[in-house]
Amino acid sequence: MATLSVCQQPIGGFSFEYCKRNAVLEFECNKLGHSIPAARKTGTTICGVVFKDGIVLGADTRATEGMIVADKNCSKIHYISPNIYCCGAGTAADTEMTTQIISSNLELHSLSTGRLPRVATANRMLKQMLFRYQGHIGAALVLGGVDCNGPHLYSIYPHGSTDKLPYVTMGSGSLAAMAVFEDRYEQNMEEEDAKRLVRDAIAAGIFNDLGSGSNIDLCVITKGKVDYLRPHDMANKKGVRRVHELEALPRP
Amino acid sequence: MNTRGLRSQLKDSVPVTGLGTQIGAYGVQDTLRSGFSSVKNELLPSHALELSEKNFQLNQDKMNFSTLRNIQGLHAPLKLQMEYRAARQIQRLPFLQSSHLALDTLKGNDESISFEDILNDPAQSEMMGEPHIMVEYKLGLM
Repeated sequence: MATLSVCQQPIGGFSFEYCKRNAVLEFECNKLGHSIPAARKTGTTICGVVFKDGIVLGADTRATEGMIVADKNCSKIHYISPNIYCCGAGTAADTEMTTQIISSNLELHSLSTGRLPRVATANRMLKQMLFRYQGHIGAALVLGGVDCNGPHLYSIYPHGSTDKLPYVTMGSGSLAAMAVFEDRYEQNMEEEDAKRLVRDAIAAGIFNDLGSGSNIDLCVITKGKVDYLRPHDMANKKGVRRVHELEALPRP
Repeated sequence: MNTRGLRSQLKDSVPVTGLGTQIGAYGVQDTLRSGFSSVKNELLPSHALELSEKNFQLNQDKMNFSTLRNIQGLHAPLKLQMEYRAARQIQRLPFLQSSHLALDTLKGNDESISFEDILNDPAQSEMMGEPHIMVEYKLGLM
């Protein structure tokens, strides 16, 4: 602004004032051979599976900033409502703020209706917000929960498309985790089998993808009960070397 | 509410006239208040979302009103718009913060939180509005 006074009240929300200045700064920086600092991403493996009584969500715990591990034990399973949890991959700040905003909106909504919120409501709120910002908000989410209609699992992409499936994986390690799922998924599994399957899928992502690592977090959601197991399994203990590598492989 | 066809959205969306310049006296740009200008800044948006975000609320209202008109007849949007206009008229002077409580309740914004409430909170703005200039601008005397 040229002066310190304004003519109209400022409005809230995103401000695009400095976009041109930032583009010029980035160009100048690249001309000198440096690169601007990258946003912290969660190059991740997240997955979810529907079993007989509910949902199991799993995530690794590494956050990266370019080629450096920024956080060795970050929490990627976010609370949305007492019966709904959401794993987030992509830009860490985007997933954090998006899930917090949707959690607040769902709380207000459920206070207004007087009922427990449904997973489809959370899904629709998320997809409408992400589509409004045309993918510039880099949040890829796995949303799961149990409501009055049973267990539901959705995957939500940064541009706003969603899929409702019995098992989903997202993140840079999603192919490794999906390979485990495709091999061993069955309908109507028991809780222990489902937990073991998710743990093995995340371990596959941790050992085969550079962007995922550290521990495995699990979240088991059933009707009326949520088990947030953090950490469920420490696949990469500091100071423990290859001796235990065989123990970390999936059990047959 | 966002399930209508994208094509109708684009055709009827409220056009954005200028990108952030303020017309001062004699029809030229007000350099003292909004800085130097360039043709590129006025014509091109600085971000892909700038145009769609500028009029997002207006476009949403337009879509909702046209659907309401198709479903319930002309009276429904007319009555709602009359109520919105009445609620919008009772505010404080421009440089004071108004709560917009009646307008928010009518639009249903009291039950939702979005980026407009979190980012760039007008109450925390670093720039002060000088009272005389803001009132003159609102009355069109500037």
